[in-house]
Amino acid sequence: MTLNAGDQVPELRVTPDKYLPHRYAGASGDFNPIHIDDEFAKAVGLPRNILHGLYSMGLVAKANAALADGDPRALKRLSVQMRGMGVPEQEIVVTGTVKSADGGRVVVDTVAAQGETTLIKNAEAELAL
Amino acid sequence: MPLKTDAVGKEWPGTTYQVGREKIKEYANALGIENPVHFDVEAARAAGFRDVVAPPMFAVVYSSPAVAPAILDPEVELNFAAMVHGGQAFEWDEPACSGDEITTATKCLSIEEKDGKGFYVFETNSVNQDGAQVARGTWTLIVRGV
Repeated sequence: MTLNAGDQVPELRVTPDKYLPHRYAGASGDFNPIHIDDEFAKAVGLPRNILHGLYSMGLVAKANAALADGDPRALKRLSVQMRGMGVPEQEIVVTGTVKSADGGRVVVDTVAAQGETTLIKNAEAELAL
Repeated sequence: MPLKTDAVGKEWPGTTYQVGREKIKEYANALGIENPVHFDVEAARAAGFRDVVAPPMFAVVYSSPAVAPAILDPEVELNFAAMVHGGQAFEWDEPACSGDEITTATKCLSIEEKDGKGFYVFETNSVNQDGAQVARGTWTLIVRGV
């Protein structure tokens, strides 16, 4: 696939189900109760249990890897800022635009959002394609 | 009270993580990643990997255990209860495959106050059993109300 600056990354849409934070907690080892205990999350002032920021970053990595048909060797660098809080049972949309393409090195700007809330911003991915 | 910055430059000894097929599968399933190289050893070998290969962001699985002792170190004095994960970066080299033993060391790069928040930046460096660089991580943790 030849990519040029300004090209769009295929959009990734995922709706994490109610128990996704529990599965991600098990997969990642991060059992912080704000992610898996709704009552605890509310008691510390959150709207409900929230998604792991690194899960959202994982979706950004997945969306970028799609440019290389999912080849895990393609992603060389990914740098993100985590902002709004993600919640289960609402669709996440990951979009991206190619910032530069120089030979096999492609740099992509990616955003992950849930409704009006930006979860991941200033995400810059570098891929070797 | 000014932010305590004594821990800047401090390094924590490496922790070792053994990568396994079932853990890679569990991670890939949680993210909805479907490439068979993460599930099937034959598919992974056909694609040139030693064994089932981890998705890049599996780096959090093998490197997080090395960050925890740094965050909780009393010398760092990081208020864990008011902490949010503000930013994260990884650079990848050698892929992580099942059977690998990955050792991750952590260093405190900076502690700075900005707009009433504390910004704690840690770096992790992960190498495999052959000494090959696997991933380098930069973890930015923000503490509100310092």
